[in-house]
Amino acid sequence: MSVTHEQVRHIAKLARIAMSEEELGRLVPELNNILGWVEQLGEVNTDGVEPLTAVIEQKLRLRDDVVNDGNIRDEVLANAPEAQHGFFAVPKVIE
Amino acid sequence: MSELTTKTIAELREGFRSGEFTAREIAESFNNAVAAAKSLNAFTVETPDDALAAAEAADKARGSGELSPLAGIPLGIKDLFATRGVDTTAGSNILKGFRPPYESTVTSNLRKAGAGMLGKLNMDEFAMGSSNETSAYGPVISPWRRKGSNVGLTPGGSSGGSAAAVSAGIAPGVTGTDTGGSIRQPAAFTGISGIKPTYGRCSRWGIVSFASSLDQAGPMARTVRDCAILLEVMAGFDPKDSTSLDLPVPPWETNLSSNLNAKRIGIPKEYRIDGVPAEINALWDQGIEWLKDAGATPVEISLPHTRYALPTYYIIAPAEASSNLARYDGVRYGLREEGVKTLDDMYAATRAAGFGAEVKRRIMIGTYVLSAGFYDAYFTKAQKVRALIKQDFARAFEQCDIILTPTAPSAAFGIGETTDPLAMYLNDVFAVPASLAGLPAMSVPGGLDAQGLPLGLHLIGNELDEQAVLNAGLAIEERAGFTAKPDKWW
Repeated sequence: MSVTHEQVRHIAKLARIAMSEEELGRLVPELNNILGWVEQLGEVNTDGVEPLTAVIEQKLRLRDDVVNDGNIRDEVLANAPEAQHGFFAVPKVIE
Repeated sequence: MSELTTKTIAELREGFRSGEFTAREIAESFNNAVAAAKSLNAFTVETPDDALAAAEAADKARGSGELSPLAGIPLGIKDLFATRGVDTTAGSNILKGFRPPYESTVTSNLRKAGAGMLGKLNMDEFAMGSSNETSAYGPVISPWRRKGSNVGLTPGGSSGGSAAAVSAGIAPGVTGTDTGGSIRQPAAFTGISGIKPTYGRCSRWGIVSFASSLDQAGPMARTVRDCAILLEVMAGFDPKDSTSLDLPVPPWETNLSSNLNAKRIGIPKEYRIDGVPAEINALWDQGIEWLKDAGATPVEISLPHTRYALPTYYIIAPAEASSNLARYDGVRYGLREEGVKTLDDMYAATRAAGFGAEVKRRIMIGTYVLSAGFYDAYFTKAQKVRALIKQDFARAFEQCDIILTPTAPSAAFGIGETTDPLAMYLNDVFAVPASLAGLPAMSVPGGLDAQGLPLGLHLIGNELDEQAVLNAGLAIEERAGFTAKPDKWW
């Protein structure tokens, strides 16, 4: 499988990265080079193999359902590019 | 007291405890060394006051007879670890100015043990790279140079600042992280030791995520003993990381022994690959002799899926990265690109401006292999091959106790010399399989090549058997007698 200019444009959109036509054009052969290389995995017979999900076997723990954190609004907002009235501020979404 | 900067952590600990020198003298020596080494570009932030404050506390505590394990020891911290109130950027413009209101569990463990912080160490952006050239701060320059040459070399990556700092003697020990070789390859390139423990030994909480199923923290230092000292403090159960192992931390330092009687050393035949310099294979053979001398018996083993490890890694790691890095959206922290109208445009413009070329490339690959219609063909397939790679190791460890290989397929290369992404990825050909299997693995210096550059030997242990890795590392260290240091030019 190889990707086209249009597909790369679509991937960039999915990834929310703005790209110029020139950048997209540069990426097409780069991505195809990498994808062509990883496709050698097709040679491996994986019939009946379960995909690995946990590299070191362990049980997922459950914690007690209690509040153990919070009341740190100002700390949470301290790194925001823009915060107003105790909230993260973003460009207007609704006209 | 400049000679303090030549001492190992074990020697500094001893000298401080016996009163030969104070923690303040140690901190000042290293602070001065850091300040004088700016041409290495190893640090993104210097925190001399932090090192001094910890030293002062250590000197006071010594007076009252209370000694923490790392009292009086200043360390460098990779910029991937969140440090309270100190810029934490993962080497990326998108996290410019980010000052975490919290401290990572690993650095918090180090602080509780008395360690001070010299500063934050430069690294490849989001730990994606093998040469430090993807850092938004520019590349770290290795203290090492080829004989008779002034060409700037890479210290390796992604923990390149960490490796450069230890090998230049401007930090006695540092933290690194390893997703697919990022502790071991730079350790090999700079003639130092570094260990990646079993996945889950060190908490990932507060470490900027790259590929969560692979990321592990570990120490880098001059000696195997120093790595054991640091790892004991860094490791431990943390309820804040769902993959943290709820197991006691063994006394790795106390149990260090280079007697390898009755140990079997696995030599994987698939690691003899084309294009590796003869010197590296010769060092590998020498390593086998050293381990035999320590009492071990070499056995040939087979890891049949070795050649598929890198392509597997370059599906899984970008997939996890594309998911993890979705959080950088210009809303909650870091960079925001202004001057665009809609929220969607703000996301896209921020990510375009904030991420570098390699990070974008990996996000794109990751997004593609996870996208509808391609998920099974790429991601599920890679997870199946990963299971086979893990099984290869499980079978091998029925026949041997530890595996010996070279760490990297070359010595350090020049900055700008490797421009093809695929060629760069091949640097981690020997390191990646152990990462995919979650196994503990270590690089120790073995010798110098004909150009006078360090080469490393790589030890891979079975799950949770860091002790075997450290012990074999010690056996090599004692026999290699590696004392070479870069000539100071910085």
